[in-house]
Amino acid sequence: MADKVATRDAYGKALLVLGAENPKVVVLDADLSKSTKTADFGKKYPERFFNMGIAESNLLGTAAGLAAAGKIPFASTFAIFAVGRAFEQIRNSIAYPKLNVKIAATHAGITVGEDGGSHQAIEDVAIMRAVPNMVVLVPADGEETRQVILAAAKYNGPVYIRMGRLEVPLLFGSDYSFEIGKANVLKEGTDVAIMANGVMVSMALEAAELLAAEGISVSVVNVASVKPLDEETIVRVAKQTKAIVTAEEHNIIGGLGSAIAEVLGEKQPTPMVRVGIKDTFGESGRPQELLEKYGLTKADLVNAVREVLLKKASKVM
Amino acid sequence: MNTIELKRVANVLRQDIISMLVTSKSGHPGGSLSAAEIVTTLFFNEMKIKPQDPRWADRDRFVLSKGHAAPVLYAALAEKGYFPKEELQWLRQTGHMLQGHPDMKKTPGVDMSTGSLGQGLSAANGMALAGKLDGKDYRVFVLLGDGEMAEGQVWEAAMAAAHYKLDNVTAVLDLNGLQIDGSTDSVMCSTPLTEKWRSFCWNVIEVDGHDVEALLAAFAEAKQCKGKPSIIIAKTVKGKGVSFMENQAGWHGNAPSVEQGEQALKELRKEALSLG
Repeated sequence: MADKVATRDAYGKALLVLGAENPKVVVLDADLSKSTKTADFGKKYPERFFNMGIAESNLLGTAAGLAAAGKIPFASTFAIFAVGRAFEQIRNSIAYPKLNVKIAATHAGITVGEDGGSHQAIEDVAIMRAVPNMVVLVPADGEETRQVILAAAKYNGPVYIRMGRLEVPLLFGSDYSFEIGKANVLKEGTDVAIMANGVMVSMALEAAELLAAEGISVSVVNVASVKPLDEETIVRVAKQTKAIVTAEEHNIIGGLGSAIAEVLGEKQPTPMVRVGIKDTFGESGRPQELLEKYGLTKADLVNAVREVLLKKASKVM
Repeated sequence: MNTIELKRVANVLRQDIISMLVTSKSGHPGGSLSAAEIVTTLFFNEMKIKPQDPRWADRDRFVLSKGHAAPVLYAALAEKGYFPKEELQWLRQTGHMLQGHPDMKKTPGVDMSTGSLGQGLSAANGMALAGKLDGKDYRVFVLLGDGEMAEGQVWEAAMAAAHYKLDNVTAVLDLNGLQIDGSTDSVMCSTPLTEKWRSFCWNVIEVDGHDVEALLAAFAEAKQCKGKPSIIIAKTVKGKGVSFMENQAGWHGNAPSVEQGEQALKELRKEALSLG
């Protein structure tokens, strides 16, 4: 079994690297620094760490002011509070003036687990994707998170980074290369492609292996950069495989599946099946049990592949 | 600039506000007119700024949290030389830089994009924290509205400014007593404001917001106060300087007609003459 690390842990470590490299980097949190993993930065660089208390609107608004004065603020809290509570601060104080704020949100999706539906952001990608000037990134493992955080710091403008609480398998080594606006084809295949991000990427790779044993050649594409979206790679892979499954730990409405459907609908109509949370709220439970209950396992991906292959064979869109 | 000159500038800003709203047939006169002396004393006396270098790193910052009062800010920026006065005629017009609410990306001299109420003090705090981190002595001014006091974020930011001892933040509250739906007391009572801000550990100074000398003294006092932020609660008259607009909630967000504009300008020119 591969080593596991939560993307939030990788975020905390990447912040320490950034803190040493770039004195402009500052970090803000809203009384969740032990959970979002910004606390280590706070210990090492206390003068550049601002706990704003349980006040997310002010957290994001203050980050905007810091950016307006030349800092590179990483503002962290749970995804539900960043995007939910402080949506309009993000929209009007950060995205509208295109300020250099990094919204590093953790505890996204149902893998939050026991805290339950009130704390499980399932609509954050859809909301952030619809905001002009916003870059939306969803890393899949610890290494990709490290690279996403460094890339976000280099990029000049607002970035939303979606991370999780759950430990996930390490998929990539330091030879992996993340770039904003680029999708990564992790595995070439000819019959069907699974396009996934976040926790679903490791499951997509596992599903591809299971299907390979049946003689089905599956391409796996990691789409960490939901916006900007790598339309070229998505269209190329769709042309090649003529059948697409998307997979995300997010509502089926408005997230990665929707983004890919938008591109393919206009540029390369292709049979598709979207795997995601089926427009319902989550609940308390162990993360693994919730993934099973809400249809986000490798078995669900295998079923989705079979379904899309039937569509492909019958030429049904 | 001496106080007579400042009073003259405030009068010019008021005339410009009326002229630009008549031309654009849109905008917010009441809360722009009430803030004329506040904005004048800041831009023509108190603030350390370079109109020829609007992004100067060491400049004092100004955040118009009550962003609908953009006309008074634009009039001051034009008068200060940030851009030609001719721009004022294009307020709120497609393809021009003077947006309905301040836009830092489009207009030189605008330090923060605002307009959605309640957000300005947070941004000002962020700028002030950055200034302290960088060891710079610039100050950050933020103009708040009294209707805006109902926004929870204002109080989150008030708490944070005191927590981080942001003595480089000076807020001014344009206490004109009116908002869109009527008097602030009837819509959502926010009194007692002095006690509220004091209890949030701010240095509170109360002045007549149309008294230039009093405003100058208040800014001087705020500058001296160390270890905590200051707020100047400035009692003002909404629509100040135009008889038929004064204390009328209806003039919050309606532009005067050409005839009303002429009447208003006549009154303001008369006031200018009296200033010598």
